[in-house]
Amino acid sequence: MSSAAATAPAKKSFWKSRRGQQITVIIAFTIIPVFLLMLFTYYPFAEMVKFSFYKMRYVGKRVFVGWDNYKEIFRRDDISGSLVLCLYYMVGAIVQIFLALYFATILSMKVKCGKLFKGLIFFPYLINGIAIGFIFKFFYTRGFVLDTVLHAFGIPMSALPYWLKDKAVNNWSLVYSSVWRYMGQNMVLFIGAIMSVDSSLYEAAALDGANNWQKFKYIILPSIKTIVTLNIILSITGSLSAFEAPYVITGGNNGTGTFFVVMDKVAHTSQKVGLASAMAVFLLCIIFIATIIQKLLFKYIFRNANADDESLDAKKAKQKARKAAAKAAAKGGM
Amino acid sequence: MAARTASVHKIKHHYGPGFVIWTIFKYFTLILVSFTSVLPIVSCVITAFKSKTEYQNTNVMQLPKVWKISNFAEAFQVANMGRAFLNSLIILIFVLIGSILIGTSLAYALNRFKFVGNGLIRNLFTFAALLPAIAMQVSTYAIMSNLHLINHLYGYIFLMMGTDVISIYIFIQYSRSTGTSCCRS
Repeated sequence: MSSAAATAPAKKSFWKSRRGQQITVIIAFTIIPVFLLMLFTYYPFAEMVKFSFYKMRYVGKRVFVGWDNYKEIFRRDDISGSLVLCLYYMVGAIVQIFLALYFATILSMKVKCGKLFKGLIFFPYLINGIAIGFIFKFFYTRGFVLDTVLHAFGIPMSALPYWLKDKAVNNWSLVYSSVWRYMGQNMVLFIGAIMSVDSSLYEAAALDGANNWQKFKYIILPSIKTIVTLNIILSITGSLSAFEAPYVITGGNNGTGTFFVVMDKVAHTSQKVGLASAMAVFLLCIIFIATIIQKLLFKYIFRNANADDESLDAKKAKQKARKAAAKAAAKGGM
Repeated sequence: MAARTASVHKIKHHYGPGFVIWTIFKYFTLILVSFTSVLPIVSCVITAFKSKTEYQNTNVMQLPKVWKISNFAEAFQVANMGRAFLNSLIILIFVLIGSILIGTSLAYALNRFKFVGNGLIRNLFTFAALLPAIAMQVSTYAIMSNLHLINHLYGYIFLMMGTDVISIYIFIQYSRSTGTSCCRS
């Protein structure tokens, strides 16, 4: 560097200097992705908020109507009814997380043919959602797969409901397809988290005489807290925006149309773009609020759990000692 | 030495009845869930090989007597699968190249350099990852039709490159783990 400065005493232009080059690189590298992000995510978002205040179609004139679209969401039965359906999916999501935790724990200990079971359970996640929709359409049809299997177990055909038409069960059928699909992926995530727990902890616990249930409760559960809470947050968001399963399997008929399915109908069939935009913005607000509530809730529940392997009393004692030391230092300083 | 080997002995397991019940339950649930996981697919595969009459007359779970492959040939033609696969291949190549180029360059710029917009850009991408894509469809359709990108393959490619925020996330994570020492040297 010094030899360069000796042979080139004239000042280098800003753009050739290190900082200048850095800035060029930064701008060149970030401008395209940020532009694409703006164009395809934030600009549609802004446009959608704008559309929601108008009564309009995709082409044609637009009439400003203010908050009317939002009021219509609550007035129309099919829209406000579809909001309730997300509760079914939430229940399914909770069942899914419990099952995933259970199988992850079993499969992370020594089990015969463990890899085979893992593969079979994870396999549904690899299939495209639309293909799954068609597979389940076939699965639930009267007299086909599910009915045949249950019949083989001795249940008479007359006792079996119409899985996709009967309003008492059709939502649960769709929820089952969703759980079927995602349980494997949750399970693999949990297995990964459980595997990352230090194995010497297990040995220490075994030496102390802990059985499997105690190992689960005191070693595994605390260590995978973060990923379980993340999964819960994602599941709640996912169940609010459930779309593929009802859209492909039943087309939203017979009372299975979730919020986004109804929104799609409103936007493309009835061509009420303003109302559809209002619906989308409304649900996005709900998702946003739900995520914030959950984050605060989990922060509160796990407020004392910064270090994973310290007991609560040890932490409290440490905090007290720190406060006392700070007080003493302040007094000494004065 | 002799004393140490003498003190090492195998731990004897006492299999009480609780353990046996738990093991049975464990394997039963595993087998049950594996079975339900593959059942829908298996029934589809079996039916794909049956002829129409056999399909109407036999139980769904029975293996076909004659493995009819002509169903696949017919599906290939009727659904125009050749064109569909070609489209998928084209989209895959372009989106992969574009996404990797854009994603890695962005991750590199965000990780190596400190500049004013760094945190802002990260937060923009994080927030964008939360928005479900379905919610945006209404206005995305309007924008795309204004740009005359509907019904064209390149429109879809362009859209895919722009909405792939998850992959950018992953690139940022990975570039954090690559050291700066090789660049310094």
